[in-house]
Amino acid sequence: MLAATVRVTRDLDTAEEAVQDAYVQALRTWACDGVPERPGAWLTTVARRNALNVMRRRRTLETKLPLLLEPEDTEMPDPDTDTDTIPDDRLRLIFTCCHPALAQEAQVALTLRLVCGVATPDIGQAFLVAEATMAARLTRAKKKIAAARIPYAVPSAGDLPERVDAVLTVIHLLYATGHAAHSGDDLVRDDLTGRALDLARMLALLLPADREVAGLLALLLVHHARRAARTDAQGRLLRLEEQDRSTWDRVLIAEADGLVLAALRAGAPGRFTLQAAIAGLHAQAPSYAETDWPQILTLYGELLRIWPSPVVALNRAVAMAMVDGPQDALDEVEALERDGRLAGYRYLPATKADLLHRLGRDAEAVDAYRAALALSDNAAEQEFLAGRMRAFEP
Amino acid sequence: MAQYAVFIFEHVAPEDLPQEVMDGHGQLPERIAEQGGRIVAGLALEPAETATSIRGGLLTDGPFIETKEVMAGVYVLEARDLDHALALAKLTPIVDGGVEVRPLVGFAIVEER
Repeated sequence: MLAATVRVTRDLDTAEEAVQDAYVQALRTWACDGVPERPGAWLTTVARRNALNVMRRRRTLETKLPLLLEPEDTEMPDPDTDTDTIPDDRLRLIFTCCHPALAQEAQVALTLRLVCGVATPDIGQAFLVAEATMAARLTRAKKKIAAARIPYAVPSAGDLPERVDAVLTVIHLLYATGHAAHSGDDLVRDDLTGRALDLARMLALLLPADREVAGLLALLLVHHARRAARTDAQGRLLRLEEQDRSTWDRVLIAEADGLVLAALRAGAPGRFTLQAAIAGLHAQAPSYAETDWPQILTLYGELLRIWPSPVVALNRAVAMAMVDGPQDALDEVEALERDGRLAGYRYLPATKADLLHRLGRDAEAVDAYRAALALSDNAAEQEFLAGRMRAFEP
Repeated sequence: MAQYAVFIFEHVAPEDLPQEVMDGHGQLPERIAEQGGRIVAGLALEPAETATSIRGGLLTDGPFIETKEVMAGVYVLEARDLDHALALAKLTPIVDGGVEVRPLVGFAIVEER
């Protein structure tokens, strides 16, 4: 609904107001006349009409050339044209919110606010930022969109891969933020992960031919399928080796498998498809030990080639440990440590600690766990790390 | 059409720019026009060390902000929207540096009276 209204106003704030007024009108009108057969279409029509009236009033004050007008909607919204325009408008809105000219934290905030309709204080809470700060972040982003004239449009074919990647990154970040809440006491935050998954599904419907979109959806489905097993009854963090695989949602995993296979058959895999393939291999394995580690290692090699991120290199080291043994993996992790880009990334010392333990160097493992503990601000994680420290203390 | 300033930042000094880069700058207005944009005006700056900065009445030798890549030039660009402006700005020949694209509130040449 917001998306269809922005098409008229080209201004996000005006569109939001028009939408809110439509809700107010609905409360008044529906109390007397009853709820219409297609309430969504009614609201959209009214919101767009509100927006048109605002724009028309503004234009009489301006001396500029008149904007191209949408045709006046009739009383009865045409269901066919509405369902046609709405998918395009939602795509336009997502691509605008995730424009690379906006800072990533602004992209994330705007997407949650405008595409998912999350209230500003809730977004602030999700990212541990005061409401006023988040409101200012949103205002700045909208100002930039207006001042720099970021177009409200689906990118051209040439730009599409890069722009889709930016959208997928935002959705993945949303999921990851909910999945392992950075701070606070819960390891998982269901509302963010649910919304990210909804966004991924919506994008898959709107861009059915895009392999990376399918790849992201598959990746999120696998994570989502496994979430019940991540913590025990007391909310304590469990490692993948210890997780009860019988609680995994096999229906979601099967759906993910189908998406990954189709994506792999359709062409060279991008980074989201590869991540999904790796997650899928974990999900298919009956146990940690029976996981197809050599194939996972191969996939990580390919992922690192197209996405030379030190985080990917670290994850690859974990797979390397299972195939080539902990010493080779430790060499790799120490090289990453010297590289410096992962300073402050708690999973590096945590991984190093585990490898040291497997090599029988428990005293050094404890030091590494201590370093990881200092970098974590999540109670469930901290408890886990502290527990490992205690277990290996001589 | 919207207007933008495009600031050119180069690590290489103007006198050290290779000939093909100089030629590229010369051809830029035409290349931009071919893609539906327009360079309205341009400023080619002398090297950064020739600048004098004034802060609160105090003079200093050199640019206002010390940066690794110095501002070498500015041009005013007309484009349909930011995506168009960015695609056009990417055509700017750069040896070691980049460009900043900033929307203009307005641009005017002041007429001599």
